[in-house]
Amino acid sequence: MVQLEVFLQTLVSGLLLGGLYALIGLGMTLIMGVMKIINLAHGELMMVAMYIAYWLFTLLGIDPYLAVFIASPALFILGVLIQKYLITPVIKVESILPENQVILTVGIGMVLASLATVFFKSDYRSTPVDYASVTWYLTDYWANSPIELSISLLWAVSFFFSIMITIAMWFFLSRTDIGKSIRATSQDSDAAILMGINVNRMRSLSFGLGAAIVAAAGCLFIPLYYLYPALGGQFTLIAFVITILGGLGSNVGAIIGGLVLGVFESMTSTYIGMGWAPVGRFSIFIAALIFLPGGIASLLHRRRFGK
Amino acid sequence: MIQVKDIDVFYADLQVIWDVSFTVSPGEIVALIGANGAGKSTILRTISGLVPLTKGGIIFDGKPIHTMNGYDLIELGLVHVPEARRLFPEMTVEENLDIGALKGVAKKNRKANKEKIFELFPRLSERRRQLSGTLSGGEQQMLAIGRGLMSMPKMMMLDEPSLGLAPILVKEVFRVIKQVRSEGMTVLIVEQNVKQTLSIADRAYVLENGKLIMEGKAAELADNEHVKAAYLGV
Repeated sequence: MVQLEVFLQTLVSGLLLGGLYALIGLGMTLIMGVMKIINLAHGELMMVAMYIAYWLFTLLGIDPYLAVFIASPALFILGVLIQKYLITPVIKVESILPENQVILTVGIGMVLASLATVFFKSDYRSTPVDYASVTWYLTDYWANSPIELSISLLWAVSFFFSIMITIAMWFFLSRTDIGKSIRATSQDSDAAILMGINVNRMRSLSFGLGAAIVAAAGCLFIPLYYLYPALGGQFTLIAFVITILGGLGSNVGAIIGGLVLGVFESMTSTYIGMGWAPVGRFSIFIAALIFLPGGIASLLHRRRFGK
Repeated sequence: MIQVKDIDVFYADLQVIWDVSFTVSPGEIVALIGANGAGKSTILRTISGLVPLTKGGIIFDGKPIHTMNGYDLIELGLVHVPEARRLFPEMTVEENLDIGALKGVAKKNRKANKEKIFELFPRLSERRRQLSGTLSGGEQQMLAIGRGLMSMPKMMMLDEPSLGLAPILVKEVFRVIKQVRSEGMTVLIVEQNVKQTLSIADRAYVLENGKLIMEGKAAELADNEHVKAAYLGV
């Protein structure tokens, strides 16, 4: 019974973590799909958003969850500017390296991380909200429950928000004309131009949206996590793993990939050891590359297209 | 309706279109015929603004369009149904049609027009919720034409609409082209299926190695010895 309890608790924590990972992956996937580049500054954008949330909390006492509504628009603008003034000019240049834009994003990430170190020092920071210690126990609601599970309020709220944002994104992409235009651009940009879509605007919009989504993920993460300038790199790697696991450019794949990675990491830390979570992360990454090179999207694709 | 004047087009340093001029008048079906690699698709892509021209100009409906953004042309009433359909494969049939009507009047009439398209192509109606990537070649071509019609164009440019289709579907495609023309549409069609194309076109231009070498009434060209030998295999 104890074994089962540990397993279920690990699964629940994994799913909660996975929900946040899904959001991080979704932002990167959106950019990937439309721009055809991996944004290796993704975690650093999240770090910037987390500093916004941190300062809003520390200086003005604004709750990190409310900071979403400030940090996301701010990062949207930052994303649009990066796309317009840094990435687009590089795309236009013919060069030996076809992936110049990707290298550019690495540079952008480094600049953001270094600027954060210069301005905010490399101190660890956090947002100690006063409801941080609230936890729900299963036995409080079901006294005779044979097993005990607990969920912390913070994790539950973060998970809830990330699900809401994911649903909102799905709605936006599948039901609105702009969302359809973004998808059309990612599927065939020349055909999109012929249908009257301003493809460059869609690219800026996607980069902005991707940045805004990861900004939201940052605000949901900060109550649960520490913040320091170099944190971005770690999350860029996580986003990268999720994107590969999900299948490049597939939104559903990214969501499932995020959940899978969350559960897997959580299992690794429970059953192997806390420090081993990154090992778990990268072994699933390598396993995906070897055994499922097309990612989860290729499984979905096979089902929908029958090939 | 459209005047193409002395255009030159380059792919990097390679000139592929040499001093090409032609016109299409309102209500006409004009065909651009030629072998693979003659530059037919390039001309359509140039008109649509996907490929830049280095010399000359293109006037549509009295406006110079070669200086405009490619994505603005559809609102002027010029739509390009590209080679190899180029649908959005991970979107449903209906979504593909929606994308055809993103702006202005076309957007307002989207619903009614969709029903018209489904009347024109009943097969698409049955499959409206299916992903377009799962359709057969013929259905995809119907959808590509339907998507073009959704923009309520004055003129349609069709690039190889019969490519890769079974003979019965080729007939169907040409039937549809005749039907939209009878409703007043101007059509510029690029085809390798020269025989069928000349039978529905009013006039035609023959393109070889990026240069126009011949023009005339479609019926006359079909009797021309050079055309017969080079394209009709007789």
